[in-house]
Amino acid sequence: MPPRVNQLGLKRAEYRGKPSTLCPGCGHDSISNQIISMAYELGLEQHNIIKVSGIGCSSKTPAYFLGGSHGFNALHGRMPSVVTGAMLANTDLACIAVSGDGDTGSIGMGQFKHVIRRNVPFVYIIENNGVYGLTKGQFSATADEGQFLKYYGTNHMPPIDLALEAVIAGCTFVARSFSGDAKQVQALLQAAVRHPGTAVLDIISPCVTFNNAETSTKSYPYGKDNEIPLHEIQILAPDYVQAQDEITVGDYAEGDIIDVEMHDGSFIRLKKLENDHDPRNRRQAIDVLEQSLREQIFSTGLIYYEEPRPTLAQTEELVETPLAQLRAKDLRPPKSALDSVMQSLMTG
Amino acid sequence: MAIQTELHNKLAQRAPVINDFAFSVATKNGSGSQTSNNVLVMSLFRMGIPVNGKNLFPSNIKGLPTWYTIRASKEGYTARKEITEIVVAYNNDTAPEDVMNLPPGGVCITTDKIARIIRQRDDISYYVLPVTKLMRAATVPSAFRKLVENMTYVGAVAQLFDIPLDLIYQVLLDNFKGREKPARMNHDVIKLAYDWTAENIAKSDPYRFESMDGTQGKIMMTGNDAGALGAVFGGVNVVAWYPITPSTSFVDGIIGFRNLRQTDDGENTIAIVQAEDELAAAGIITGAGWAGARSLTSTSGPGISLMAEFAGLAYFAEIPTVFWNITRMGPSTGLPTRTSQGDLLFTHFLGHGDSRQICLLPGNLKEAFEFGWRSFDIAETLQTPVFVISDLDLGMNNWLSDPFDYPDEAMNRGKRLDETALRSFISEHGKWGRYMDVDGDGIPYRTVPGTPHPFAAYFARGTGHDEMATYSERSDDWIDNMQRLRLKMETARAMLPQPIIDAEREADIGIITFGTNDDAIREARDWLASEGIATNYLRVLALPLAASVSDFIDAHKSVFVIENNFDGQLTQLIRLEHPENISHVRPLALGDGLPMTPSWIYQNLKEQEG
Repeated sequence: MPPRVNQLGLKRAEYRGKPSTLCPGCGHDSISNQIISMAYELGLEQHNIIKVSGIGCSSKTPAYFLGGSHGFNALHGRMPSVVTGAMLANTDLACIAVSGDGDTGSIGMGQFKHVIRRNVPFVYIIENNGVYGLTKGQFSATADEGQFLKYYGTNHMPPIDLALEAVIAGCTFVARSFSGDAKQVQALLQAAVRHPGTAVLDIISPCVTFNNAETSTKSYPYGKDNEIPLHEIQILAPDYVQAQDEITVGDYAEGDIIDVEMHDGSFIRLKKLENDHDPRNRRQAIDVLEQSLREQIFSTGLIYYEEPRPTLAQTEELVETPLAQLRAKDLRPPKSALDSVMQSLMTG
Repeated sequence: MAIQTELHNKLAQRAPVINDFAFSVATKNGSGSQTSNNVLVMSLFRMGIPVNGKNLFPSNIKGLPTWYTIRASKEGYTARKEITEIVVAYNNDTAPEDVMNLPPGGVCITTDKIARIIRQRDDISYYVLPVTKLMRAATVPSAFRKLVENMTYVGAVAQLFDIPLDLIYQVLLDNFKGREKPARMNHDVIKLAYDWTAENIAKSDPYRFESMDGTQGKIMMTGNDAGALGAVFGGVNVVAWYPITPSTSFVDGIIGFRNLRQTDDGENTIAIVQAEDELAAAGIITGAGWAGARSLTSTSGPGISLMAEFAGLAYFAEIPTVFWNITRMGPSTGLPTRTSQGDLLFTHFLGHGDSRQICLLPGNLKEAFEFGWRSFDIAETLQTPVFVISDLDLGMNNWLSDPFDYPDEAMNRGKRLDETALRSFISEHGKWGRYMDVDGDGIPYRTVPGTPHPFAAYFARGTGHDEMATYSERSDDWIDNMQRLRLKMETARAMLPQPIIDAEREADIGIITFGTNDDAIREARDWLASEGIATNYLRVLALPLAASVSDFIDAHKSVFVIENNFDGQLTQLIRLEHPENISHVRPLALGDGLPMTPSWIYQNLKEQEG
């Protein structure tokens, strides 16, 4: 049997990166795997993708997926600014960026908020484990209040909820997920990569070495037992919607399905589970997140969605050709232009 | 008093001084004096008189003292003069001292209110304007009254020193972009003061302006505008910045000239992002440079401090981008509105570890324009950040210059491989690695994202890497990489703009400098020459230092390094790079926040030379 290939004729293995050097069982590796699957399933061209990250365990991962894509392991907390520049330089690119809870929630909080404000189109993945791994287990700003860790004692400060911060900052695509929920991570990635705006995925991704005790809300055991998906998520591509409509609705009654139409004509089909959350309602999104934070409920799924406002490149009214590919004739005005500026500055 | 009258008569009888004196205009910040001063400078410029205006202003929106010095020089000397012959004393807080600073025979133009509080000197001329009365006579809406009050001294100056009123009106029109109403309003006040002065003041000084042909074919502009224009002609694509004095007007300049690069449909080829801080601005230009655009930021000392981490990353990951440092006085917040050359060492070594940054050192408008475009070619050729170190004096003041030369070299994108070039590279060398040095000049070949070739991708990082850009902690990989970066700096040394050397004379004394001290040095050298003291002169245009600096040092018995910082930073760099036989190299370093003057150089050089 010939190996399975995608629409570009590529095998899944061709979307891999270098072998991971993270701890065996790390949640981050599961997410890298889902990124590989997403790019493979959607038939993305790797040369048109950039991978950017900050510093930390999570930020090492772009080396472990999409080996055919340019990558940039930048500075601690500064991934968003690098992405801003790169995505202005070449608007044809798609960007998958990886950060962690330290990288985003502490040192990078300012850049996190501002890249959302600018609406740079990219997938902003936060691999959130509540702990600093590379420096051996300090609390991060998303750690639970009252949590005890062996080397650092009790955390007395309340956690920062990065999904909530994203909504408040004006992010038009905010999701929370669990690295142990491969199916949901996959669906959210497929939606996020289509979103022409900043899409934030706050993925709880357990640190098996420093923060995996059952008592931690960032642990595998806790996630497995307590994750409450808001919906079952299915992504329907633009040409797929009509034909598949009847089948995919299946047993669900009308009203139990929310079809969130995306900018490119595809749909995020949300099948309601136990609650009534509509991610198109900003007030509800904030309520869900605040309640989750207050009552330690591990709600996952698409939290908030809105039709994105213009991207940064659009507000800059840039030419269609990527700036990085402009030729000298487009980059240097003619001598007559300089002469006329000079003339205007002379005595007359 | 008989003696005083006698003195006054003497003053009035002096031989006329034409087109060779300086003004100091003392006002309060935010009082609208900028327009008045600009009108005076531009009027003199249009009269054909070589002129230079320097704004010595406070870090404040309104109220603190500000001095604007205007120097007219028929010889074309445009350095700041320490002593000005004329003061317009319109600030009651500083007027007592301003008047005392005048030389004997000087002129004080002031208001009737201020005249009451200043000490009368009997060796200067006083011209006192009844400003309140004049303003009452003017038909100016009350909302504008305070702002146009300063036009009264323009009128008096025009009358006393012979600036044609119709010329002033043309300058006003240009200043208000052709709008007649504000031009007319200001002109009315000027005219009132002009006429009042004619009727009521007896001129007792020898100073006068006369039209000449010293500015024909020349331009006036600020260095920030010149650099911005250069960047626009250099193909800048992505500008990211955070507002900071004195660099803000650099980006304003790019915004102003952006239309030169727009398509017919008004689409932009330059993105301009006001970032949340200087860290992000540096990150944005680093990301853009990595992705293949020409990117730039403009900042000053405190911003450079914040940009240090990205400067180090861009150096080590070898990403082309351009930083302008419009230097102001540090350490710390320092004197935010005063000029300095105090960031030379910090910028050159910006970044932790063994970093070394390419620096370009413009000293005048033409160089600001040239480095504006050339910095991108250098950055892309060397694949490294380029820092253009200007200063507040060049950046924010109006300078006289010959028109700029159109770039005489085609745009150089450096060793950048597209799909086809990458294919031939691989067939020639067997493989491509981002940091392979196949040419032996330390400069590798790069690809940019979006290149449709399966082996085009690489992983940029600030961590240790081998020539394939793969993470490596091996000592030999680290050393190899650092040695290649050093080799690249040696390549740069010979490739960068070379010093401007004037060593025609038989001279024991050599002068070395960089940047905006040039005007003052030129004048001081003429003074020294007139006393038979010959000097040779070298002005450094780039770091790392060119080899010719060392030859110049060896060729002179005594070498003075003139620089506008406290510690003699260029001197330190010379000692570091040319440690042999340099006991005869001495710094003449000032760093008082003001543009350097010829008299300071002249006096100190003579004193030290003995």
